[in-house]
Amino acid sequence: MHFKTLMLAGSALALAAGMGQAFAQDVTLTIESWRTDDLAIWQDKIIPAFEASHPGIKVVFSPTAPTEYNAALNAKLEGGSAGDIVTCRPFDVSLGLFDQGYLADLTGLDGMENFSPVAKAAWSTDDQSKTFCVPMGAVIHGFIYNKDAFDALGLTEPKTVAEFHAVLDAIKADGTYIPLAMGTNDQWEAATMGYQNIGPTYWKGEEGRLALIAGTEKLTDPEWVEPYAELASWKPYLGDGFEAQTYSDSQNLFTLGRAAIYPAGSWEIAGFNTNADFKMGAFPPPVVNAGDTCYISDHTDIGIGANAASPNLEAAKTFLSWVASSEFGTIEANALPGFYPLSTEPVTIEDPLAQEFASWRSECEPTIRSTYAILSRGTPNLENETWNASAQVIKGLETPEAAGARLQDGLNAWYKPAAM
Amino acid sequence: MAGRSTQSPFRSIAAHAILLTYTVIALFPVFVVVVNSFKNRKGIFGDPLALPIGALWAPEGYAKVWLRGDFQLYFQNSLIVTVAALVLVLLFGAMAAFALSEYRFKGNTLMGLYLALGIMIPIRLGTVAILQIMVASGIVNTLWALILVYTAQGLPLSIFILSEFMRTVSDDLKNAGRIDGLSEYTIFFRLVLPLVRPALATVAVFTMIPIWNDLWFPLILAPAEGTKTVTLGAQMFLGQFQSEWDAVLAALTLAILPVLVLYLIFSRQLIRGITSGAVK
Amino acid sequence: MTLGLADGGGHCVTTSDTSTGRRPRRWHIAVFLAPAVAVYSAFMIIPLVSTLYQSFFSKEWDFVGLGNFVQLFTDPRLSASFWNALGNNFYFFVIHMIVQNPIGILLAALLSNPRLRLRGFYRTVFFIPTILSFVIVGFVWKLILSPTWGISKTLMNSVGIGWLYQPWLGKEESALTTLALISNWQFIGIPMMLIYAALLSIPDEVIEAAECDGITGWAQFWKIQLPLVLPAIGIISILTFVGNFNAFDLIYAAQGAQAGPNFSTDLLGTLLFRTFFGAQLQLGDRGLGSAIAAVMFLIILIGVCIYLFGVQTRLRRYQF
Repeated sequence: MHFKTLMLAGSALALAAGMGQAFAQDVTLTIESWRTDDLAIWQDKIIPAFEASHPGIKVVFSPTAPTEYNAALNAKLEGGSAGDIVTCRPFDVSLGLFDQGYLADLTGLDGMENFSPVAKAAWSTDDQSKTFCVPMGAVIHGFIYNKDAFDALGLTEPKTVAEFHAVLDAIKADGTYIPLAMGTNDQWEAATMGYQNIGPTYWKGEEGRLALIAGTEKLTDPEWVEPYAELASWKPYLGDGFEAQTYSDSQNLFTLGRAAIYPAGSWEIAGFNTNADFKMGAFPPPVVNAGDTCYISDHTDIGIGANAASPNLEAAKTFLSWVASSEFGTIEANALPGFYPLSTEPVTIEDPLAQEFASWRSECEPTIRSTYAILSRGTPNLENETWNASAQVIKGLETPEAAGARLQDGLNAWYKPAAM
Repeated sequence: MAGRSTQSPFRSIAAHAILLTYTVIALFPVFVVVVNSFKNRKGIFGDPLALPIGALWAPEGYAKVWLRGDFQLYFQNSLIVTVAALVLVLLFGAMAAFALSEYRFKGNTLMGLYLALGIMIPIRLGTVAILQIMVASGIVNTLWALILVYTAQGLPLSIFILSEFMRTVSDDLKNAGRIDGLSEYTIFFRLVLPLVRPALATVAVFTMIPIWNDLWFPLILAPAEGTKTVTLGAQMFLGQFQSEWDAVLAALTLAILPVLVLYLIFSRQLIRGITSGAVK
Repeated sequence: MTLGLADGGGHCVTTSDTSTGRRPRRWHIAVFLAPAVAVYSAFMIIPLVSTLYQSFFSKEWDFVGLGNFVQLFTDPRLSASFWNALGNNFYFFVIHMIVQNPIGILLAALLSNPRLRLRGFYRTVFFIPTILSFVIVGFVWKLILSPTWGISKTLMNSVGIGWLYQPWLGKEESALTTLALISNWQFIGIPMMLIYAALLSIPDEVIEAAECDGITGWAQFWKIQLPLVLPAIGIISILTFVGNFNAFDLIYAAQGAQAGPNFSTDLLGTLLFRTFFGAQLQLGDRGLGSAIAAVMFLIILIGVCIYLFGVQTRLRRYQF
């Protein structure tokens, strides 16, 4: 029976590969994506712009909910029914797909020269010799706040951690607003908007991230434990029952004007612009001492590649070259404020809040999330463990030190830093 | 019926008290969703338990949902898949259950166990292999892919339940039929099937629900716009309007109502089936 | 597909050929079994077997024998997750047996009284939660219990027990119980309907005979009706067992694949999903995932066998 199934699988793949050739004249490309939120923008802006300049190629944007995306995409790639274009998660997830031969090699793609090595790193092999996805967007972390609330309470944007706490105390003392809109129910919120947001300030961005990979720093070192201690100190400023507060609860608390500060990712900007009816501002993660260098998480988050088994590989590459162009970059930056094109070609951003986030790039040192490259390749997976640890620490169920020790333990179980 | 003892009013009140309490528990969540789907975000948050009347009335969520996505088509797809799979499950399941419960043959228990294996492993595990089979036979992204998988998925449970009920059908009746020269097929279709109608109706409902509500296989086997089911469509809206709760609740209401209507229609059949079985 | 047909069909033909029944060559048995066996084998058994077969292979598709099973039970982290999920699963099952099934039986017993008014209404209403999808159930209950939306708190305040309110789904000690109760709420219609159908198929003569003997009311239920519906209760118990040990969707819809808080709601189904398909940055491991599936299958198989050979054969059935 096993043998038969394997045969069947083999013939299935052969058939799938052959099937596409029948329709050669008008090519339709299907895009796999987890960005369900962007469906309207793709349908109304991006695809018409592409189709206008590329007759003969039709594009269909077919997103899957983010939570199911990885599992569904893997199954479809393996089964041979995945779309021609694949939206790429950064680092190891996509690298895994490339290593298994599911993603096409795009190293020499027209337009790939528009990206810096840093931008391409998220979708390249470890030796940077091959690139398999076109970098599409980065997201920046920081804090979005309710400007009306700040004005009413006479508060200003905090620059240092001490000022940040003073602001939180003032909001709490006033009692009109919940100081911080964040919950731990979905776990990733605490890790991504919390730990990865404020952490780079402590571990000095790229310096610390690379030292962790090299093994010269440990998660038990103060620069990695302190951000957990800072997170733990947020507990009194969160809303009642934050343990069961979900991500969308947090968004709603903020946009309905019930919370004053939202630990954010720049991708929130579009939604907040539509849903909030008060003025908003943003400030970067506060530094420990006044005058310190500030660090921001400017994370390469979304790329786009081609299904290696696609019968329309040429058309797919044409599309991807277009995505690498500044024409796409400009549409993206303005239709999806908060997703920053990674191309070195200049694009103009019009949204003021998105501009604010982007302006930090010139003041602060950028880095990417510490857990994404290399360190989440094994089991236990550092990123997923960080979700759990961040939530536990905020709830006060685990001390920052214990969390650091547990994570380092997990990492030691499979990760051996390359000898330096 | 007249022979049954008269009920004291106290007992009747107690029974109604229990039943009414449970009615509230069963309906409350549905009530919350439907009521709030007619309000805007402020109303949903500010006064979640109030009826959507007066200033609270704001059905904009429906407009948002209606603009994107072809709910009528999704509904049609779900209906075709569910009904087709249901018919196949009931027919094939009843036939197999009859064979297992009626005849003593070598390997009977083993066959029963083989057919029950399927309820012990989540079929989701076989996803990749199923997808490969569907791609090989060229029916991926058609409703047939879903119908076949759901039929396979529904069979074990239906055989399990139906064979239990078929054991209670009187042997005398069947043997009388055999003496009259009826074929085994006639005995099954004419004598046995009508008698297990309540069980068939029950199995129908149990089979229908997971099929209608399944998210996974539509996502993998038939995610194309033309073959999307209601549940998959609703899930898409959950992703698309994450924090726009008016749209989310409208989408959920639109996903609930068709099943509810279908169930209300079907429930009459179900009750007719059950009572006709009981009265004989 | 044709393979499945050949396999299934062939099996049936041999069984009827070698049967030792009253008549030789009972082809009709094969005819009755063939369609079900064919579809079921092709779209369920073959895919599942080929998946379970992967449990002997590593991620790199090297044959590792029982390596994945050894890893599952000896790797301290993995085995801790497994035992945690198994323990949670038993707890989940116990809550269903002591909450869902008794309430289901009670409701069915009340409804089976032919004099009860509004029985059609109640019966229809009680089944409504069962027809809702997990996506809806998970979402709705999260909203109702949400600390931000405040419905539960408002309701509890209105009866003066507001101080009892907790963010149940966010607390390790209460999240699993809460989800089990939500699952009970959702599925209570199934035991109710099965028992109801069984109660209705008890002939009036039996009841009338009991009444002539002066057995009425609850005594009648305990002494006459309950023993007669025992086979149905048996089915319900085993269905609950199988359903609970395969449960996945509700946890996934409400708490995500990470089964938070701190894995306190992790069931075998969510552990399997994370391992097999991967979660977020964790890549799926087909071999290890299949090994977990094989162990789950064994657990369920043992349970079903206990039922089939230990319970079902001992149950007394009454033909009417």
